[in-house]
Amino acid sequence: MLSLRKALCGAASVALLMAAPIHADESHNPTVHAKAQADMTIGLPRVKAKLVAPPNVMDHDQIAKGGPKVVQFTMKIEEKEIVIDGAGTTFQAMTFDGSMPGPTMVVHEGDYVELTLINPDTNSMPHNIDFHAATGALGGAQLTLINPGEQATLRFKATKIGAFVYHCAPPGMIPWHVVSGMSGTIMVLPRDGLKDEKGKPIHYDRAYTIGEFDLYVPKDANGKYKDYESAGDSYADTVEVMKGLVPTHVVFNGAVGALTGAKAMTAKVGETVLFIHSTANRDTRPHLIGGHGDYVWERGKFVNAPEKGLETWFVAGGSAGVATYTFHQPGIYAYVNHNLIEAAELGATAHVKVEGDWNNDLMQQVTPPGPITIN
Amino acid sequence: MLASSSIKAALIGLSALTAAHVLTPAPDESGTVRIRAASIAYREAGEFLHHGTPVNGPLRDITLDAPLTIMRNQVTRGEYDQCVAAGACPVLDKAGDADRPVTGVNYDDAVAYADWLSAKTGERWRLPTDREWALAAGSRYKDDAYTEISDPDNPSKRWIATYTAESRGQEKVDSRPMPTGHFGINEHGLADLSGNVWEWTSTCYIRHHVKPDGQTQVSENCGVRVAEGSHRALMVGFIRDPKAGACSVGIPPANLGIRLVRDEGGLRRWLGL
Repeated sequence: MLSLRKALCGAASVALLMAAPIHADESHNPTVHAKAQADMTIGLPRVKAKLVAPPNVMDHDQIAKGGPKVVQFTMKIEEKEIVIDGAGTTFQAMTFDGSMPGPTMVVHEGDYVELTLINPDTNSMPHNIDFHAATGALGGAQLTLINPGEQATLRFKATKIGAFVYHCAPPGMIPWHVVSGMSGTIMVLPRDGLKDEKGKPIHYDRAYTIGEFDLYVPKDANGKYKDYESAGDSYADTVEVMKGLVPTHVVFNGAVGALTGAKAMTAKVGETVLFIHSTANRDTRPHLIGGHGDYVWERGKFVNAPEKGLETWFVAGGSAGVATYTFHQPGIYAYVNHNLIEAAELGATAHVKVEGDWNNDLMQQVTPPGPITIN
Repeated sequence: MLASSSIKAALIGLSALTAAHVLTPAPDESGTVRIRAASIAYREAGEFLHHGTPVNGPLRDITLDAPLTIMRNQVTRGEYDQCVAAGACPVLDKAGDADRPVTGVNYDDAVAYADWLSAKTGERWRLPTDREWALAAGSRYKDDAYTEISDPDNPSKRWIATYTAESRGQEKVDSRPMPTGHFGINEHGLADLSGNVWEWTSTCYIRHHVKPDGQTQVSENCGVRVAEGSHRALMVGFIRDPKAGACSVGIPPANLGIRLVRDEGGLRRWLGL
């Protein structure tokens, strides 16, 4: 184990030394020549964000109060074994802050996102973070590659509005880290809040964040899912399964049933819920059974007008979509990937428990099931 | 459906009877338990509607009206595979340990096993009814009424209450078949009831509707049978792997297996001879 860990750390050091010039126009540290520039964040208010585990979303103002701020975040990377289904299948997960997806960060356009990323020495691998919302340096990945026992702080200006994926992107191992759990969402809201195509404000009463993951768990000769001691041990077999492009599990928030039963999302009739749906690797098509998408930013970008009244929406792999829905009827709703095989057989099902008064005008059982009486 | 399977059983029984002199002996008497008396508060199986609104089935105290002879243990994979080797039972989808309970059997597999065992022993083996199973299970039988809530004006209240109760009872279950006896013995000496293997019963899915005019309408679907275990499950008969056959909301059984009852008096009495 130790030797493997050393080997992996060694690989990271080599990658750091070589400075990985993946893009010819970007040196290892593109900010070294920026010293002469004025620091635009001087004098701005600095606030510490309190991240929470998904499906919950950190407290935030839907309409920004005051001018741009520096919003400070801290995330700790955690490599750990988790159980991903009811059969007890184990999975060597890599996570931002211990959850799949990582916590959803919320800021406003023009704010500065200042993230301190920590890779504790209990981990075995180098990690970093690529923000799709950020501009330059592979989304920050080039400036944040840290070995176990290191930390780094990145600041970027939130110039693009919308929900964006962030994910780990270590040289040579990007897809493996991503399908091992290392992705999340940052939502950059317009300073004056969400709006429909006519500029009318869209308000939500609560927000949930769903991260969809395609998982590739190797099986032994008898078709049983294999257990591994560490992420590193699972690497070679896992990559072989990944290359087949057939996931063994497609799950929301890290495990089959992570958002059902006692962990189901909740809402009340009359409430508007914002659903953020990220999928870092693979396309998906969220659908709320018995409900709709009232306002949907399929590609998650608030610079575009939302689509309205959708039955199912498309979220491209490597992006986050956003939908609002106002619940009109109580009951148990299933929120699924409407490739129903993935929803029912592979795990991509969540539930929303909605309490309130039943509306007979919207729906009524005129005759309960009984023998056929019509010829 | 019932009729045709009875006829089939009878035919197998008759052919077994004609070869009475080569009958293999009945399983060791220690393999069964004879329950002489049992009583239990029993919730009638099926779905119940009152004036169109889902309600709980009636809860009644029931007692055994005749002694019940039932297998002490669940049928093992090794026992089932003997039936397969004899060409009388379908081959199962997955491998399993010979000394552990057979799992991955559907209703028809279970009936085929009972028919084969009857033919082999000259006795009358069959699946228990849900009522018989509950009496034999005793303290291991679980009332499946999750809630008393039933509001004709708001059906969602019952859905939510049931969902909440079901998810509260939902524990991570290790679905791997365990050695016989792993889940303990009940007061009648039966092993492994309500462990991680549900047992097929012969009881069909029934819907009772007490209509506003006072009449009760009953419809039956024998394509769906009751499987009993730590909760009562309505399973489509051809399902072998319950995890793949459950509804979008609700908890599937971990595994499907077999425990049979033996009719008293053997085949001759059953045939009226």
